Amino acid sequence: MAIIVNRPKLTFVERCYLPSILAGLAITWKHLKRALFKKGIVTMQYPEEKWDANMPEWYRGAPTLVSDEHGKDRCVACQLCEFICPPRAITIKPMEIPEGDQWRKVEKRPEEFDIDMARCIYCGLCEEVCPEQAIYLRKDYSITGLNRAEMVHDKKTLYKLGGVMKGLVFKWNELK
Amino acid sequence: MDTVKILHFLTTPWVFLLWTSFLKSFIFLNLTIIVVSVTVFAERKVSALIQDRVGPNRVGIPLTLFGAKKDSFFWGLGQMVADPIKLLTKENFVPAGVNKFYFWLAPKLVMIPPILILAVLPFGSTLFGIPMTIAEMNVGVLYIFAISSLSVYGITLAGWASNSKFPFIGGIRSSSQMISYELALGLSVVPIFMICGSLNLNEIVDWQIKNGWLVSPYWPKGFELSLLLHPSDLIHALVAGLSIQRFALWIPLLISFIIFLVAIFAETNRLPFDLPEAEQELVGGYHTEYASMNFALFFLGEYAAMFAGSGAIVSLFLGGWSCPLIPDGSHGWFWGLVNIGVFFVKVSLMLLFMIWVRWTLPRFRYDQLMKLGWLGFFPIALGNIFLTALILAFIHH
Repeated sequence: MAIIVNRPKLTFVERCYLPSILAGLAITWKHLKRALFKKGIVTMQYPEEKWDANMPEWYRGAPTLVSDEHGKDRCVACQLCEFICPPRAITIKPMEIPEGDQWRKVEKRPEEFDIDMARCIYCGLCEEVCPEQAIYLRKDYSITGLNRAEMVHDKKTLYKLGGVMKGLVFKWNELK
Repeated sequence: MDTVKILHFLTTPWVFLLWTSFLKSFIFLNLTIIVVSVTVFAERKVSALIQDRVGPNRVGIPLTLFGAKKDSFFWGLGQMVADPIKLLTKENFVPAGVNKFYFWLAPKLVMIPPILILAVLPFGSTLFGIPMTIAEMNVGVLYIFAISSLSVYGITLAGWASNSKFPFIGGIRSSSQMISYELALGLSVVPIFMICGSLNLNEIVDWQIKNGWLVSPYWPKGFELSLLLHPSDLIHALVAGLSIQRFALWIPLLISFIIFLVAIFAETNRLPFDLPEAEQELVGGYHTEYASMNFALFFLGEYAAMFAGSGAIVSLFLGGWSCPLIPDGSHGWFWGLVNIGVFFVKVSLMLLFMIWVRWTLPRFRYDQLMKLGWLGFFPIALGNIFLTALILAFIHH
């Protein structure tokens, strides 16, 4: 069935366009004047101003490796994250923890741990799969580099970005 | 001896005319290019402010490269230089399927007419006794109409030579739009000729200096600052300015001002009449296939046309280079420069108005555009001429 939409009947003044054009000009002038004195501007000047403080808890930024308050680097080189990583951004070279080390009973730790940030898709699967609570996606989002080699985060960078995280499960204590 | 000879040679009338004209054209042309780049910057900045944004504010002088603590941004004014440099250094890509010769020719055809129009605009009174018009013609306004209608060829040709559907539609739209509004443009200024009795822009400006700007209904006769000290003379001047004829003529002049203004918008393809390049419908309109400096020429042409159009409006309706209480160039070179400054201030305000309108109004639908041109402005402009004639014939005071 055809629906008839009744167009509003315009008066002569309305059909002249000019009054509504002037009204529109007045509105834009108001905005121009306001913005000229730095009021009501909605854009943010990115590198100087950031939205970081308002980021949600669950924000998935760059993946990092964390240590805990007992001075243990948490990764045990199980390589689960390497296997689950969809774009295969993670490369781990495991090594045996030598005799006499404080954490000898852990047996393995990564000798090299590289995350290629040019490949990473920030999906967070590595964080979810990690049985040791060693890898966490933090809030860094501006990962830049001048070439592909610079975009690869090695073990040192990852631990530096991750820092120390307190209150994680400590299953490698002396009692166990 | 030689210097005397050279001076003598330089001051022979035709040589004098030649080199002063050349110098004036050179300076005015370069000034136009500067005005265009400033206008492009102003366009971006004003559009940003109207939309509650900040606009370009980053390009400045990278002082940190030379060891300073902070970069200097200069409110982004470096953008005026950065944009042309970017356009100049880009690859001038020409698609394979285009008609090469016309494809190269079209941008030049768009760019040349607005610059030719500048020749007849009186942009100042006199400087060192030299009239500040490049070519004083007694058919100045006709010349403007003749030249400005040429720019449609460039756009149509660009659309056709691109051999691609969107530019083609843009070119076709542009030709029909320009033809429709050309009529209203030409007819709307006929009342001015009837009132001023001249087609010469300089004489029109002179008329306005004597009798007041054409958009104003009232102008105190012979008003000067010294009159403020003699109240009786002041009142006399104020009363002498009152005239029924002038007040009656205000109605047709205001109508022709509005029609001329709108037609200039349509001629320069500015919103709300930018159908030839309607980005949302036609990708980029007639210049879709163009890149780098070829595209920049279209850009330059559009903004130079804005400049020329504003110059025409200012000269025809807003008193040209004159400003009340400011003497003309015959009182010294300083006042000559002030007159040029007044002209450029008026033109800048006009350009600002054009930018302001662009970021306020939505685009017309195509049928609305044609209807407005043929059923709106054309008959009104025609009727306006008769109205002016009647007023001139029957009201004499």
